Amino acid sequence: MQSITYTCTDTPEAALAAFSNAGEGARFIAGGTTLYDLMKLGIETPAHIIDVSDIDGFDAIETEGDTLRIGAMARMADVAVHPVIRDEYPVLAESLLKAASQQIRNMAMVGGNLLQRTRCIYFRNGAGGISPCNKREPGSGCAAIGGLDRGQALLGASSACTAVFPGDWPVALIALGASVDVLGLNGRRTIPVAELYRLPGDTPHIEFSLTSDEIVTAITVPKWPARRSTYHKIRDRESYAFALVSAAVVLEMQGNTVLQARVALGGVASIPWRATEAETALVGHPLTRTRALAAGRAAFANARPGQHNAFKLTLGPEVIADALMIAAKRIA
Amino acid sequence: MSNEFQQEPAQPDDIQASEVMNDDQRATFLPMTRRETLGLGTFLTASAFLPMPSWAQQNTTLGTSPTRWEPGTTTRIATRVNGVPVNINIDTRASLLDMLRERLELVGAKKGCDHGQCGACTVHVDGRRVVSCLTLAAKVDGHEVTTVEGLSDGEILHPMQQAFIDHDALQCGYCTPGQIMAGIACVNEGNAMSPELIREYMSGNICRCGAYVGIVRAIEDAAREMGES
Ligand SMILES: Cc1cc2nc3c(=O)[nH]c(=O)nc-3n(C[C@H](O)[C@H](O)[C@H](O)COP(=O)(O)OP(=O)(O)OC[C@H]3O[C@@H](n4cnc5c(N)ncnc54)[C@H](O)[C@@H]3O)c2cc1C
Ligand code: FES
Ligand code: FES
Repeated sequence: MQSITYTCTDTPEAALAAFSNAGEGARFIAGGTTLYDLMKLGIETPAHIIDVSDIDGFDAIETEGDTLRIGAMARMADVAVHPVIRDEYPVLAESLLKAASQQIRNMAMVGGNLLQRTRCIYFRNGAGGISPCNKREPGSGCAAIGGLDRGQALLGASSACTAVFPGDWPVALIALGASVDVLGLNGRRTIPVAELYRLPGDTPHIEFSLTSDEIVTAITVPKWPARRSTYHKIRDRESYAFALVSAAVVLEMQGNTVLQARVALGGVASIPWRATEAETALVGHPLTRTRALAAGRAAFANARPGQHNAFKLTLGPEVIADALMIAAKRIA
Repeated sequence: MSNEFQQEPAQPDDIQASEVMNDDQRATFLPMTRRETLGLGTFLTASAFLPMPSWAQQNTTLGTSPTRWEPGTTTRIATRVNGVPVNINIDTRASLLDMLRERLELVGAKKGCDHGQCGACTVHVDGRRVVSCLTLAAKVDGHEVTTVEGLSDGEILHPMQQAFIDHDALQCGYCTPGQIMAGIACVNEGNAMSPELIREYMSGNICRCGAYVGIVRAIEDAAREMGES
């Protein structure tokens, strides 16, 4: 790991000033559970670290008005047990509680979480010339294609990169149509969470649509009747693992008929994946397990499996179907 | 090893380190570490080498040649570890785990994976459990750290420590300090109300020996005890 400087800031303005003063290689750090981890692996090589985790008031959760506003520096563990989020937005609470461990949820912040990086084994373990990776070293190739691809993406991947976006929370957020507020040297803007992520295409090393000076300050979620929602996550072990397949679903029903459905997927795509085909297959129909499974299959209609991950073509639709049935049983 | 330190003339920081630790605190600090003499020696004199990078200091304690010192920007940290004020200059890249183990000789927290995946390094920062391997040491400036060494009241073990013994909740013991720190937090968070909850909220602590049955029982038992105390 190269030598670094460290500056802890207590206002966003101070963080931006520290960023411009630091020059080349400056990076923000929140909990550090992605950034510091990847520094140890020689993948992230910042020269200057600007800590935004202690910025006053940026961990607040506001539930008045037409949107939920969650400070980017709120910890995953705290957001998950906030009474409004727990009771009214189970999909959000579950996406946080089913991620990582309580130790990591005590450190990681919901803003940093959005910007976590892939767990692709070749990306994480191949630095220093061990294996090529277009995300780590643009133009070097992709060892996962034709390699051990059990964990690779079936949706959204390109011939340059099949890495999966591993996170859970952003999947739940895109199901609800959430946005992020960001502050940078050029001022403020608001971006839908779905637009934060870029498909790999020919440039898998460019993952997010933020510029390096932009600080995520808050996440806003439009208010929904979201009690009929769930985050269903299937893993290799029962807890403390990234998703093999996960589904965030939100249902609005009248009797047994689906009025509105939101379905988003984790563990199978290059970015948090909104499955609009599944949504279309549900709206206006009575919800049965058969219908739910058909919707699940629709979500994978364009999936392109590799050598070792084709089991997700069967598992994926089942996970979506189960998620829909779980959500539908909840009292609105 | 520690002789080298003891021969160094006292410097202002040295005195500062002694001043912040009164006799009572020293009494509670002393039994904390299995490497008492070396530990305390390093602890008290760690800051006597201010102009040098901290990793160089470590190398000095290990008796290696000064030419092998690693260069690195250092950062000043003022924290309390197990109630004892700590004031050190440390390489900015260092983790809290390395600070505890290599600088303060508090070797209870273990390095299992160094990537947040096993929980062996679990400690409390401001009363909340974290993995110290992914916590930049610089981040604990101004915060309070508790390690497994800070749990017992002299010879009287914390109920969680006692419960691990009573339930034989370990085999090799490598994961145990992390399990105990996570277990205490699990109880304090209110996440130890049933064996199912305990299993879920302890899933960040891996036990390669598979002592999970005993661990869950120990936490259930300690939860009752802690609730009563
Ligand atoms: C063992 C382990 C298991 C895990 N399991 C899961 C899991 O099951 N599901 C899951 O979803 N996640 C999981 N994670 C990932 C974890 O959730 C993320 O590492 C964490 O949420 C990142 O948040 P952070 O605050 O630590 O970010 P940091 O590491 O501090 O930052 C991450 C990135 O975001 C940038 N950044 C941070 N905050 C801001 C901001 N406010 N504005 C602009 N840029 C910012 C940083 O520069 C960095 O590039 C796991 C992690 C580990 C180590
Ligand atoms: S050493 Fe920290 S989690 Fe494994
Ligand atoms: S007792 Fe050996 S790893 Fe847990």
